[in-house]
Amino acid sequence: MSESSASAHPPGRPGRQPFTHPENLSLDSSCFSSPPVNVLQELPSYRSIARKRTTIPTREKQSGTLLKPTDSYSSQLEGGIAENLNSQSIRKYALNISEKRRLRNIQQTQMKYLSEWDQWKRYSSKSWQRFIGKAREMTTHLELWRKDIRGIEGKFGTGIQSYFSFLRFLVLLNLVIFLIIFMLVLLPVLLTKYNITNSTFVLIPSKDTDVQCTVYPLSSSGLIYFYSYIIDLLSGTGFLEETCLFYGHYTIDGVKFQNFTYDLPLAYLLSTIAYLALSLLWIVKRSVEGFKINLIRSEEHFQSYCNKIFAGWDFCITSRSMADLKHGSLRYELRADLEEERIRQKIAERTSEETIRIYSLRLFLNCIVLAVLAACFYAIYRATIFSQEHMKKEIDKMVFGENLLILYLPSIVITLANFITPMIFAKIIHYEDYSPGFEVRLTILRCVFMRLATICVLVFTLGSKITSCGDYSCELCGYNQKLYPCWETQVGQEMYKLMIFDLIIILAVTLFVDFPRKILVTYCSSWKLIQCWGQQEFAIPDNVLGIVYGQTICWIGAFFSPLLPAIATLKFIIIFYVKEHPLLESLWAIHQLQHHLGGGPQDSEHLSQLPAVPGPRRHVGSLCSAFLHDHLPRYVLFHRPRGSTQAGGRPAPRAAVPGKEEQVHRVMAGDLDPGHLIESGTFPRECCCPARRHFPKVCFQARPSPASFIHGLIQSCSMSVDHPLLLTLCWEMVVIKGDRTAQ
Amino acid sequence: MGGSGSRLSKELLAEYQDLTFLTKQEIILGAPDAHRRATSQPPPGLGAPLAPAAHRRFCELLPQEHRSMEESLQIRVSLEQILSLPELKANPFKERICKVFSTSPARDSLSFEDFLDLLSVFSDTATPDIKSHYAFRIFDFDDDGTLNREDLSQLVNCLTGQGEDTRLSASEMKQLIDNILEESDIDRDGTINLSEFQHVISRSPDFASSFKIVL
Repeated sequence: MSESSASAHPPGRPGRQPFTHPENLSLDSSCFSSPPVNVLQELPSYRSIARKRTTIPTREKQSGTLLKPTDSYSSQLEGGIAENLNSQSIRKYALNISEKRRLRNIQQTQMKYLSEWDQWKRYSSKSWQRFIGKAREMTTHLELWRKDIRGIEGKFGTGIQSYFSFLRFLVLLNLVIFLIIFMLVLLPVLLTKYNITNSTFVLIPSKDTDVQCTVYPLSSSGLIYFYSYIIDLLSGTGFLEETCLFYGHYTIDGVKFQNFTYDLPLAYLLSTIAYLALSLLWIVKRSVEGFKINLIRSEEHFQSYCNKIFAGWDFCITSRSMADLKHGSLRYELRADLEEERIRQKIAERTSEETIRIYSLRLFLNCIVLAVLAACFYAIYRATIFSQEHMKKEIDKMVFGENLLILYLPSIVITLANFITPMIFAKIIHYEDYSPGFEVRLTILRCVFMRLATICVLVFTLGSKITSCGDYSCELCGYNQKLYPCWETQVGQEMYKLMIFDLIIILAVTLFVDFPRKILVTYCSSWKLIQCWGQQEFAIPDNVLGIVYGQTICWIGAFFSPLLPAIATLKFIIIFYVKEHPLLESLWAIHQLQHHLGGGPQDSEHLSQLPAVPGPRRHVGSLCSAFLHDHLPRYVLFHRPRGSTQAGGRPAPRAAVPGKEEQVHRVMAGDLDPGHLIESGTFPRECCCPARRHFPKVCFQARPSPASFIHGLIQSCSMSVDHPLLLTLCWEMVVIKGDRTAQ
Repeated sequence: MGGSGSRLSKELLAEYQDLTFLTKQEIILGAPDAHRRATSQPPPGLGAPLAPAAHRRFCELLPQEHRSMEESLQIRVSLEQILSLPELKANPFKERICKVFSTSPARDSLSFEDFLDLLSVFSDTATPDIKSHYAFRIFDFDDDGTLNREDLSQLVNCLTGQGEDTRLSASEMKQLIDNILEESDIDRDGTINLSEFQHVISRSPDFASSFKIVL
């Protein structure tokens, strides 16, 4: 029999038994320690049986008990509660304040009869709780952007808020990474350079074969046009190449302080390992919450309807328009879920010939998807090769725009590919006739794979260019020393360009696409065309993929360009303010329905009149936003950092500059200090961190076999493809078994 | 807006902190933006005392002459005025929320302490137990202690919108309610009682984050 619940009922109602409610299941540790026993004892059927056996209501543990005494039996129950109270538990009672006050007074009078020891214990626990509360309040003050994010939460709900809090997390992560690099690598160099401390640089003379591979002539052009500074800023060449932005700057072997010598190459390497490990640990810690909840959910995957109905309304929403949109999206989701259930039944009743037809169609379409991916990768490969070859040509001879275009060609191609392929995938998946939930997941999987594989292809192409020597052999240095005197710096430059271009694109899209669109929609809404175009929605998954992509570039490039995390911090701060700007507020309408039908809100009413289609048409944006809106608060975004596999190379001899041969020989013979040569300008600057010398056997061997190189790259590619997003998606797909449908 | 008159005494503040989940901040440090938006007043000068946010919002609902300290704690605000708060205006459950937290015999007005109770249950730090308890009471439209089919269908109608054309069709509603009862009704009696409700909510990952009001 259904129990009388502890809800308010008017005093006039007869026949309700007094009811003590036991401790409930909640997501705290007690739940995990012995769930089965608690569950069984709390099942209503068990308790109704227990109640039938005894007439006395069972007295469970009082702490955490919820009560709502009516007027008739309040005193009886209060007496019961008053036995073991402590101040923390008073708030947990579902009583109004005046009743809680009465309980507290009872408790306080009780305290007089306790022993001194108990009194002191209670008093100290109470003041300890107060202290903890105060400390927590203090720490929340220190949170960055707390007010902004709470404002966003209040206006737009928790989905968008989670995007911004993820952005804030990335800002902090990059800041900490930069601090690590600064403390371990930059600070000793700067201290010595500007003579702040009494220390000197230490330069170990290189072995015979090393010298020729570490020579790094800086390109210098005769006439420097003014725009070459802009080009340098945007592409990391020229004056930026010599700064501490890139790997090639760190040529010294140590810093000698009074008591000890600080080994700089070792510090460089260790700082890389340190910040990668830190990123991993921090992200894992942050996503443990999401995993916990996923673990729980995995047992009860059939609760999708209850979750939507009981927890569907976001009480943070305050604006009328957001509320209307939320109503619309809930309506749409519920209808879609019910639709999907009907579809699933239909699928179960499919005949075998239909099944064969569907599977062959799916095979064909997957081949198309692979073809599209291959085409994109090939395009990126060719663009990178083209760009690398033409970069070496005379910069002066080129027009400004053309030069920039060539430098940025790989980035442009990557961005175009990342933009076009989701649209293609959305069109294709419609024909594959999956259930809507699976459609969403598969599309996201493909988009994420696309994003990450493009970076891999870029790195792979660079690698192949660097190790292909053409006419002469690469035996000396293990790579193409002539074209790439300092290949680490060049890889760093490519990553730098990718990052800058990413930022430019995000700003450009926000300013030049969303902003005019919003203005058009607001002020020219009488035009049918504009109305049909509709309001821009804040597509959470697209934006999240964007910043994850940015962070991946940062991790990959940070070894080659130590200041990249600082640039990433600034970039994410800029993105935060740009996306948060109030003018763009009204753009952030989560309206899957609009996107679904490609029209304004008025079209939603037509949905009920549509014939029962086998599967509602969906746009990938709405699907993604639906899916991730559902899962994002618990989203796992932990990135196993892509370790740099090329930590150093074996330096190989290089033909010295003619005319300086004698000096080189003298250096090699040990007569002359190489430092002298560098400072006097007779000898070109040595390239690259002497980290190479410490770990000469890493990756590049005397004769680099393409097989080992490719093997290493494939390993690292597979690591980065094994992206956490995919990990979560696989987890969800395996565990949740497609029953959970996207909202 | 009362100046020194609207400052709560320290003992009262401490008591409220003990009895509710609200922090001193939420009671003490004003939310100047929210305040300004609600009343379009210029921001207070440096010398103005910091009035409690919740108290301030409550006082805004009172007529000018009743805004003194003592009166504000005793007086009750009618339902219409509470419903005009921006946080509740767009909420489809606003009438139910006010009814549930009201302690007056006719359940039609809220005192300041009821208001604090409301904020406490909807705050960040309230336990899931208490939230689910009050959620159950809010969703129980006919106040009979269980969620039966009519309650659930009214609940769904609240969620999908208030207009005539925004409701689900009868067959869809039936299918939906059948699914809900299948998922949550453990003893198969056709209604959901509090423990079943709390059982379902404990497994719902979104509940804690959606069942809160940010002042």
